[in-house]
Amino acid sequence: MITYAIYFAVACFGLAFLMNLWKIATAEGVGDRVLALDTMVINAIALMILYGLINGTEVFFEAAMIVAMLGFVSTVAYARFMLRGNIIE
Amino acid sequence: MDQILDLLITVFLVIGGLFGLVGSFGLIKLDDPMARLHAPTKATTLGVGGVLIASMIHAFVYEGHLSWHELLITLFLFLTAPITANFIAKAHIHRHETPETLPPAGEDKTWATHDIPPEEEESGRG
Repeated sequence: MITYAIYFAVACFGLAFLMNLWKIATAEGVGDRVLALDTMVINAIALMILYGLINGTEVFFEAAMIVAMLGFVSTVAYARFMLRGNIIE
Repeated sequence: MDQILDLLITVFLVIGGLFGLVGSFGLIKLDDPMARLHAPTKATTLGVGGVLIASMIHAFVYEGHLSWHELLITLFLFLTAPITANFIAKAHIHRHETPETLPPAGEDKTWATHDIPPEEEESGRG
């Protein structure tokens, strides 16, 4: 039962990942692309956790933590770059 | 007891997956830029939260110890998602809107991000 649920969740987040890629490719503004990238990072975290669940390892939690932090910092940097034109003044 | 926990894991996984899907679908479907901001930052965070809680219960059932890494990631995501949403909304306001095109700010005169003190305006901030 759990195996099917994990596969269902992987399918959902994989489809969500593809939707984000589509949005990045077809968005009309920079803001939408940044938002789609941020969502893609969150979906990638979910996929990593699910991969760890399938294989029964705990290595991926640390990786997911690092990806979460990098995603946050990069989104903030992107937003700041959109707003001000540079990141470190 | 194990059966109930298995069912709980399944429910959390399915709910999490559906919320993740809804969040990313909203990103494509909604047509206003600021409406688009709602779907990924709220629904997707909830979806990842569901998957992480399922992973926590899974570690408790099958490895015998409660794993706290997931709670750390969940807390981090729940803290940072509103901040990123705020940053993106702020960038949108300054790039695409003027104080006149924004909806009224309630009891304040203008929205906070346009409310620049006079002495900071000269040094080019805002």
